[in-house]
Amino acid sequence: MVQYMRARLDASFAALSDATRRGVLEQLGHSDASITELAEKFHMTLTGMKKHVGVLERAGLVTTEKVGRVRTCTLGARRLEEETAWLERYRQLWDSRFDELDEVVEELKRKENVDGRKKRE
Amino acid sequence: MDARRESEPTATKNRTTVERKSEREVVVTRTINAPARIVFEAFTKPDLFKRWWVPKSFGLSLLSCELDVRVGGTYRLVFSHTGSEPMAFFGRYIEVTPHSRLVWTNEEGGDGGAVTTVTFEEHAGRTLLALHDLYPSKEALDAGIGSTDGMGETFDQLDELVVTLGANSGRS
Repeated sequence: MVQYMRARLDASFAALSDATRRGVLEQLGHSDASITELAEKFHMTLTGMKKHVGVLERAGLVTTEKVGRVRTCTLGARRLEEETAWLERYRQLWDSRFDELDEVVEELKRKENVDGRKKRE
Repeated sequence: MDARRESEPTATKNRTTVERKSEREVVVTRTINAPARIVFEAFTKPDLFKRWWVPKSFGLSLLSCELDVRVGGTYRLVFSHTGSEPMAFFGRYIEVTPHSRLVWTNEEGGDGGAVTTVTFEEHAGRTLLALHDLYPSKEALDAGIGSTDGMGETFDQLDELVVTLGANSGRS
C-alpha cells in the first residue's frame, strides 16, 4: 500500500504544477474561501474552479465542506499530525476504492436477479 | 463515531474506517451492500477486481492484473503512472476460504511487506469487510506510515512548500 501512497504523493506534486492551483493554495493560506469566491478571484467559471479544487482535494492539499449551498475550501491535511494525516489519506484511498467496489457489486446483484428470473421462467 | 446516515433514498454509501490496531497492524473496515459471495467474487475475479482496485482518482491505470486465487497461487498487478516507470505489485495467496477469508502477502517492498487478511462477514444480506495489514515489525509499519522511509519527509517538504506559497503571497 505504501506504493499507492507514493503515487498519491506524485498526484500532490502534479496538483502543484498548475499556476491557478498554486494561487488557490496561496489564497487559502490566508483564509478559507468558497468555490464561488475562488472562481471570481481567478476570473474563472464555477465549473473550471470546481475542477481545480477537485485536483487539490484528491491530492490531499485541500479539504472542502458543504454547508447549505456553499462549499467552503480549507487548506488540507497538513494541519494534522503526521500519522493522523497518513491514516486519513489512507482512509480516503480505501473509501474511493470501496465506492467503485459498490458499483461492481450492484452490477453483479442486478445480473444475478436477471439470471434468477430467467431460471424461474 | 458513526456518521449519521443521511436521509438518502437508497443510502448506499457506507462509512470507511481506518484504525491502527496495534504497533504492527492497520485495519480498514467497510460494509458493502451485497452478500459475501458477491463481494468475494469481486475480490477474486481479475476482470471484476481491476474495475475497482484502482479508483480513477488515483491517477494510475492498470496495465495487467493476474490473480491466481488459490493457496500458494500468485498475483501480479502492473500499473502505469504518468511520468514514471510502470510499478508492479505482487505476492501470493496463503489462505483462500471462499466467501469468508483471503490472506495474501505483499512482496513488492521486500522484507518489510505486510500480510493482508481480508474477512467477509455477512449480516442480513450485507457484508462487513475488514482488511488487516499486519507488518513484520513496528518499524516496518512506521516506515509504511512514512516517518523513516522518506515519504514523511517528502510530505513535510510538500507541507513546507504550501506554507511558503501562502507566506509569499502574503508579502506581495
